[in-house]
Amino acid sequence: MAVREERAGAGVEWTADLLAADGITFAYDHDPVLDDVSISVAPGEFVALVGPNGSGKSTLLKVVLGALEPAAGRVRVFGEDPANLRHPWRVGYVPQRPSMGSEVPATVEEIVAAGRLARSGWWRPRTSSDREAVHHALESVGLEGLARKPVNQLSGGQQQRAFIARAFASEPSLLILDEPIAGVDAESQRRFRDALVHLVNEHGAGVLLVSHELSAVAQDLDRVIVLKQRVLFDGPPADLTAGGVSLGVHREDLPLWLEGLG
Amino acid sequence: MIAAAPLPYPFEFAFMQRALVAGVAVGVFAPMIGTFLVQKRMSLMGDGIGHIAWAGVGAGLVASVWPIWTALAFAVAGSLGIEWLRSRRKASGDLALALFFYSGIAAGVVLVSLAGGMNTKALTYLFGQPLTVADHEVVAIVAMGAAIVVAMLVLRRLLFAVVTDEDWSRVAGLPVGLANSVLAVIVAVAVVAAMQIVGILLIAAMMVLPVASAQLVARSFQGTMRWAVAIGVASVIAGLALSRVWNLAPGGTIVLLTAAVFVVVAVATRRVPHGVPLSAPSGQVEPVREEVAEP
Repeated sequence: MAVREERAGAGVEWTADLLAADGITFAYDHDPVLDDVSISVAPGEFVALVGPNGSGKSTLLKVVLGALEPAAGRVRVFGEDPANLRHPWRVGYVPQRPSMGSEVPATVEEIVAAGRLARSGWWRPRTSSDREAVHHALESVGLEGLARKPVNQLSGGQQQRAFIARAFASEPSLLILDEPIAGVDAESQRRFRDALVHLVNEHGAGVLLVSHELSAVAQDLDRVIVLKQRVLFDGPPADLTAGGVSLGVHREDLPLWLEGLG
Repeated sequence: MIAAAPLPYPFEFAFMQRALVAGVAVGVFAPMIGTFLVQKRMSLMGDGIGHIAWAGVGAGLVASVWPIWTALAFAVAGSLGIEWLRSRRKASGDLALALFFYSGIAAGVVLVSLAGGMNTKALTYLFGQPLTVADHEVVAIVAMGAAIVVAMLVLRRLLFAVVTDEDWSRVAGLPVGLANSVLAVIVAVAVVAAMQIVGILLIAAMMVLPVASAQLVARSFQGTMRWAVAIGVASVIAGLALSRVWNLAPGGTIVLLTAAVFVVVAVATRRVPHGVPLSAPSGQVEPVREEVAEP
């Protein structure tokens, strides 16, 4: 959990959490969506955020990414305001449905290399370390053999892995994924799980995974956060499954249980 | 006046050679920009800005200023205006274009009539007339073209990231606003540089039609851009030659050739745009493939 210290003399709160959202409240036109929500992700921690439809997950992600200003509460990413990060590339983001156009063919490698731009500088020529990082990102999602294939000729699961590799290419310290494996084939789910575990275990990154499909990663999660306008549960998955909710064996259990909350 | 180089028919005269140099420049830079516009789903941006440039031509004719300058000022201001409306979500991309498109054409009509109506000069900008470009105009077109190509080469990876996935680029910390504004200004400069060659009414075609063919044969973004430039340049050279041989309007001939290339490529690859196979089972028709070089 969060480790907090006061930096001596500076009066600046220093936090060991990669992500710390405290007391977040948000409403769309007086329609409350988030009510005093606090979540955190520490280095090397693999956290899943679940909740029924309309529970405020997407809004919370927007607040965490600095795209929305909360009415109350405060978000810190690496101890900074998420809307003004010094190194935004330290946050890897995998959107729910990439808004990528498919008019012009773009290769997997071209897409993944774009993920490296903010880190290495878009005005600089690509270096050998950029190429290595892109290759490593492709390997980690098992797409190295398809690097030169147009993305729009891949399956849905392969495309999603390409967008995960794009987030990996900047070697992020914090990875945020918005429903990345909805409707993805079993092979892609396995690759996806291996890639996330590698990022957490080998690179000490923190992962915040928003998903209903936790069966592939059930054994690897450090914490599960259940959100429905407020945080209903925040703890190890074992505590959730002890209450009779299955994350793994019966894949439909968790979504059914979540909808039962509503 | 620069003396004619020893080129064979139909490029033996100095006026054809000036048209060739300026035309090839357009054949290079217009499809380069078009590749980004098509990916951004703003294929008609060149058309919208062309109509604003038309108002600038009218203003130049009224003020007796070289219309290239006034067209450039109007087009740059208009392109930034379209981008501002689009990015602030005050209007969707195509509605933002429509607002400027019709205001531009209306202002152009009013200004050109103030300047004494549709004379030959005004028609030159509207429909293009590469055979009458003067030396200083060729220099201006090539200089603007060179600036565009250098800007595109420097910015290509940033522009690719932004036109491919704008929302993600913003989260990743890429300068999305800068990229969009620079692309808008590049389009404006390209429209003005190309308007004497293919005409304001056909500029967008020169940006987009070569890309429509290229995306059927290429397998990468870079490859698409290279194919589009090759098709653009070939269409300009063949279009100028055919217009001389058969006494056709050169601007229209060039654009018709880019459309003809699309028909041939679409039939040859048996694919429609968006890469969806028509009826042939996979493997029966092998689409044209090119080797993708290291980006």
